[in-house]
Amino acid sequence: MKILVPTPLRQYAGKQAAVEVQAATVGEALVALTSSYPDLRKHLYNDEGKLRAFVNLYLNDDDIRYLQNDQTAVKDGDTLSIVPSIAGGRC
Amino acid sequence: MAGIAEKVAPLNNDEILRYSRHLIMPEVGMEGQLKLKQAKVLCIGAGGLGSPLALYLAAAGVGTLGIVDFDVVDYTNLQRQIIHGTEDVGRKKLDSAADTLAEINPNVEIRKFDTRLTSANALELFREFDIIADGTDNFPTRYLVNDACVLTGKPNVYGSIFRFEGQASVFATKEGPCYRCLYPEPPPPGLVPSCAEGGVLGILPGLVGVIQATETIKLILGSGEPLIGRLLLVDALAMRFRELKLRKNPDCPACGAHPTVTALIDYNQFCGIRGEEAAAPNTMRDMTVEELKQRLDKGDDLFVLDVREPHEYQICNLGGHLIPLNDLPKRVSELDSSREIVVHCKMGGRSAKAVDFLRQSGFSRVYNLAGGINAWAERIDPKVPKY
Repeated sequence: MKILVPTPLRQYAGKQAAVEVQAATVGEALVALTSSYPDLRKHLYNDEGKLRAFVNLYLNDDDIRYLQNDQTAVKDGDTLSIVPSIAGGRC
Repeated sequence: MAGIAEKVAPLNNDEILRYSRHLIMPEVGMEGQLKLKQAKVLCIGAGGLGSPLALYLAAAGVGTLGIVDFDVVDYTNLQRQIIHGTEDVGRKKLDSAADTLAEINPNVEIRKFDTRLTSANALELFREFDIIADGTDNFPTRYLVNDACVLTGKPNVYGSIFRFEGQASVFATKEGPCYRCLYPEPPPPGLVPSCAEGGVLGILPGLVGVIQATETIKLILGSGEPLIGRLLLVDALAMRFRELKLRKNPDCPACGAHPTVTALIDYNQFCGIRGEEAAAPNTMRDMTVEELKQRLDKGDDLFVLDVREPHEYQICNLGGHLIPLNDLPKRVSELDSSREIVVHCKMGGRSAKAVDFLRQSGFSRVYNLAGGINAWAERIDPKVPKY
């Protein structure tokens, strides 16, 4: 499956916009991603290891909070999007 | 149809000609054009997003356009803030924007609010308008706009940009989610770079601001499918538009069944920004550009470390050793902890983080150049370009 990395986080993911991983669940996919790019970890998780409140994860077009969170099953061809809040506009 | 036509003054012949391409379209027509004329839209910010947004709303014939802005036009704005021109540099954005809008459509009533949007003035301001269009550039104001929209029951037409990526949605309608349903909490300060630090592709606010204008007009006309419950993601580099489903969170602190946000709060505190305390110079670890100049002229042994990116180094540099902030942990061995080190970036933000990191790593004689290379360009060497 494919994980889409947003612009602000690409610098921690080898400057890539998308990363292919092998996984059966959303949780496994994130473990695979952060093992390849450990710098991403602190941007995705807080000190308690919980996903940060300003980072949302979408499996295809659905928020995983409304699926089964980390336990949500994934299959080949799925896309997991990391969507952090951004604030720019007036600047 | 008869209802609205009775309440509003009809269009005069000049207006009929001006709006001809709307009037001949059944989706707008006379009824829709009168709705636009009667509508009151408040634009928060006359910058990157506010420029195309206000320009198109004025051209479309929105009757009353409010603008909130306290800033002054500078040269770095002109790459994207197309409501302002070169001659406007140094003027208030509010005055510059109002002049441009009046030139585009003198039928529009422009209401200027020369102020920062705050918890003290937001509710009163929002109550006078039908729709709020958020074109701000920082998290505290984003949450303030959202909460004030929820509390006053006004839709929040949202747009946000970073580098070449944008987001747009319509929040805080009766049936739809609000910004807090999507992001309950802001990122801690410093973790997400601002446009001044991260840059932004000039056309991107054009794309996203026009999407906001489109959504605003659809809300006024009451037609089409507004971006309610949907987050539109724009990637200008790939030129890809994606859409994500948003849901109203029943436990949302602002718009949920049992809201805890029942009045506006201190949004700087909410976003972890300490205000003046954080902005005050720290004499223990800050060095002014004047001090650096004096020390270098004296021939002191100072190691200048530049923590910007290589493409910024190409714009201008002080001849310092370049290690981008993100590479610092793995390249720290290039530094000699026995020497005095002065760290700089563009404006002093990244270098402050580098100084924190180096001090934690055992470097004791390391200082942050306050104001960065831009302060050097402004106060020491005018030949160095500011950017």
